[in-house]
Amino acid sequence: MNAPVLSVRDLVTQFDTRAGAITAVDGVSLEVGPGEVLGIVGESGSGKTITGFSIMGLIDKPGGIAGGEVLLKGQDLRKLSEPAMARLRGDRIAMIFQDPMMTLNPVLRIDTQMIETIRAHRDVSRSRARDMAAEALALVGIPSPVERLRTYPHEMSGGMRQRVVIAIALMLEPDLIIADEPTTALDVTIQSQILSEMQKLMAQRNTALIWITHDLTVVAGLAHRVAVMYAGRIVETGPVDALLDHPKHPYTRGLISSIPSSVPRGERLVPIKGMTPSLMNLPEGCAFAPRCPRASETCRKARPDRQDLATGRSLRCFHPLEEAS
Amino acid sequence: MLAYLIRRLGQAFLVMAVMATIVFFGLFAVGNPVDLLINPEADLAEQEETIRRLGLDKPVHVQFGYFLAGLAQGDLGTSFVHNRPALELILSRLPATLELAFLGILIAVVLGIPLGMIAGLKPEAPYSKVIMAGSVVGFSTPNFWQGLMLIMLFAVFLGWLPAGGRGDTVDVLGIPVSFLTWDGLSHLILPALNVAIYKMSLVIRLTRAGTAEVALQDYVKYARARGLSPVRVVGVHILKNILIPVVTVLGLETGNVIAFAVVTETVFSWPGIGKLLIDSIGLLDRPVVVAYLMLTVFLFVMINLVVDIGYSLLDPRVRVKGGRS
Amino acid sequence: MTADTPLRRFVADFLASPLAVIAGLGLLAIALTALFAGIIAPQNPYDLAQIDILDGSLTPGTEGFGGFTYWLGSDEQGRDMLSAMIYGLRISLMVSFIAVTSAVAVGMVLGLMAAARGGWVETLIMRIVDIQLSFPALLVALLLLASLGKGVDKVIIALILVQWAYFARTVRAAALVEIRKDYVTAARAAALPQWRILFGHVLPNVMPPVLVIATVQIANAIAIEASLSFLGVGVPITEPSLGLLIANGFDYLLSGRYWISFYPGVALLVTLVCINVVGDHVRDILNPRMQR
Repeated sequence: MNAPVLSVRDLVTQFDTRAGAITAVDGVSLEVGPGEVLGIVGESGSGKTITGFSIMGLIDKPGGIAGGEVLLKGQDLRKLSEPAMARLRGDRIAMIFQDPMMTLNPVLRIDTQMIETIRAHRDVSRSRARDMAAEALALVGIPSPVERLRTYPHEMSGGMRQRVVIAIALMLEPDLIIADEPTTALDVTIQSQILSEMQKLMAQRNTALIWITHDLTVVAGLAHRVAVMYAGRIVETGPVDALLDHPKHPYTRGLISSIPSSVPRGERLVPIKGMTPSLMNLPEGCAFAPRCPRASETCRKARPDRQDLATGRSLRCFHPLEEAS
Repeated sequence: MLAYLIRRLGQAFLVMAVMATIVFFGLFAVGNPVDLLINPEADLAEQEETIRRLGLDKPVHVQFGYFLAGLAQGDLGTSFVHNRPALELILSRLPATLELAFLGILIAVVLGIPLGMIAGLKPEAPYSKVIMAGSVVGFSTPNFWQGLMLIMLFAVFLGWLPAGGRGDTVDVLGIPVSFLTWDGLSHLILPALNVAIYKMSLVIRLTRAGTAEVALQDYVKYARARGLSPVRVVGVHILKNILIPVVTVLGLETGNVIAFAVVTETVFSWPGIGKLLIDSIGLLDRPVVVAYLMLTVFLFVMINLVVDIGYSLLDPRVRVKGGRS
Repeated sequence: MTADTPLRRFVADFLASPLAVIAGLGLLAIALTALFAGIIAPQNPYDLAQIDILDGSLTPGTEGFGGFTYWLGSDEQGRDMLSAMIYGLRISLMVSFIAVTSAVAVGMVLGLMAAARGGWVETLIMRIVDIQLSFPALLVALLLLASLGKGVDKVIIALILVQWAYFARTVRAAALVEIRKDYVTAARAAALPQWRILFGHVLPNVMPPVLVIATVQIANAIAIEASLSFLGVGVPITEPSLGLLIANGFDYLLSGRYWISFYPGVALLVTLVCINVVGDHVRDILNPRMQR
């Protein structure tokens, strides 16, 4: 593999609350190479969205990054000033948000929002920027892009709006795109269209993509590698096929067994017992221990460190599942 | 849209008719203007002649009939005191009031929106607390006393500005205005400030609440994620969204400004319609009071219409539906 | 009795803001001062035996001929401004308090009627409310008083007439929500008479928003009364409110005798700020959207 586009090491993001500091992202490390798709999977509250915002440098007070490195092509983004970071956002790292209904500003036309993005990063004329915007819309399969530019977001369907957002992300040919559940709010048919188009475009342009989702099935079809997050930590990472076929972390296995299509027809689904823990009061040991069928005394006392396995996988578990189980 | 307009105009007409009736009969209860109007030294024949000329010898319902007939022809009666058509009298005073009202609102908006945005963006900062405390005081200060204090400070103690009156005016398109001469402007500043302070407190509160709410929206974070400058994010993406409620309320408040100009005009001896109203009430100049009321109702109705139109210009979502939802 | 009743939580939330507590205490002090004006005021400004025309227009802090110290100065007639203010405060507060409580009563009855009856009754009441609320209260009160004439009672009537609509609208909106709830249906099923359902069950539940608006409206009533008196259509000269005191001082302001207008205005301002701070805070506590 080539040198990674993005390399995150031991990232810690905390939020100050009246009850004390909450660690939303706790020692996350990950890498994405050019043209590679990394899926980050987790339940809501697992810290996957906060991880995305941390990379973008968009954590607002009372939150902040407390430790670790975020390297974009070797450059530490945490050392950049806010204006320098702003120059990078939308240009070298783009982000796609979850709900296309809420992402575009309702009172500004599509062209305004596209052109302002281009002109924030490129020294081009307004008409040149407009041409670029139209090209980008055409690229993501929006019919009659020139007319579409003059419309307001509310005049478009949800799928169409998300295409606009994707077009804005691709427009300036970034090194990395972070997509935070971009298809969750859409119909299934639209979702699969957008997924396949994204996959194609990423491969063509050699762009690195981080796809944040709670849906393992989406990741299965799209990602090259997967990171599973639980309570602010990455509990397991690895190539998508190996990880899905032979999960080593009990939580990963639990996630897979919760998918209806993963079990043969007629058999019962196996949900994970219990509730996602609140970040306010995490257990002392492994955060998953209270819900884990394999938990031992050790798990309740200490947090497992990351073990790197030979096959490009890594794991945080004292009692991993054996191969071929 | 047309049906909506017609319905609104019909309602307005009904309101005007009801108001005219109430006020006309209400004012009859007060007293006999004859006692005030006619020189007691004048001989009986002279008195009779005046009473007949003013139509005061007729029964109430006949006088009301005359009044309605006049109204239909756009004749609101003749001032007992000034011996001029009441409408003409009021219209001659209207520019002074409008100039005062508009300058007051202008100051309130130009200062109030930025201050409210600052307080909304950084609610915990000391300067935001100062702004909000100031707005509570500005909101609570009785308008007439505030006017007296302005006079006391700037006219009596400092001697910088005149205490009352309108000063020199210049005709623009046949309408006398104050703001084009230094003398006129110096007379205008204090009354306009007096109108502005209360409105400014209102604008600050509205803007702060709006800003705090809009700043949390996804599209604001998305605007930052596209690398837009803070100036662009705040000045376009946030501002354009908060302008909608602010413009609505301010537009509706324009009527209030004209009504409250009664107080400011009395304090500063500003020769507008408010001062005319107070003088006319004191002198039992019934046609002027009725004409003032009819004109005010008319203004209110027009303002409401203009606000609705302005609303649809600012919010594209309303424009498509062709009316307020 | 559970530890966390809504009332206790409300009190705890209220006490959490030092500013609101200070304003609340200030308001209490102001109300007590007005209530016991006869005992607290150094002089009865309307007892001609107690005022000395020779002590007219004294600057604040001056000692008069009779050895009486005029801490806030005196007016043209030699009336102690401090005493006049305390009496004026009493009239201002009394007028607005009576007006607002009456407006609450009127608005509540009409609002409940609109919500319970529906049909043309509701349409008629709400139409009147809409029309009235589209006009500034001061202007309506001004024109009402122009036809009613001066007087404390007339000012109160005018204030009730301009304020009932706020309460009618609030009560109707809140009552409509309550009426649809299960417990009202249950009470209906138990064949309780309608007035008992409305006053016994619905009314207590519409009180919180009514109280919030009443706080704001008391401040409004005080300000409107003061403005009307200033404009010369409010209370008569024999019963001067703070507003009328300020108006009387207007004539002397230009000759530098500022205190006649200044101090009554400060008293008015402090009263209104206290009410508004308390009102803002109560509204924030009761507003579910603001809750943390």
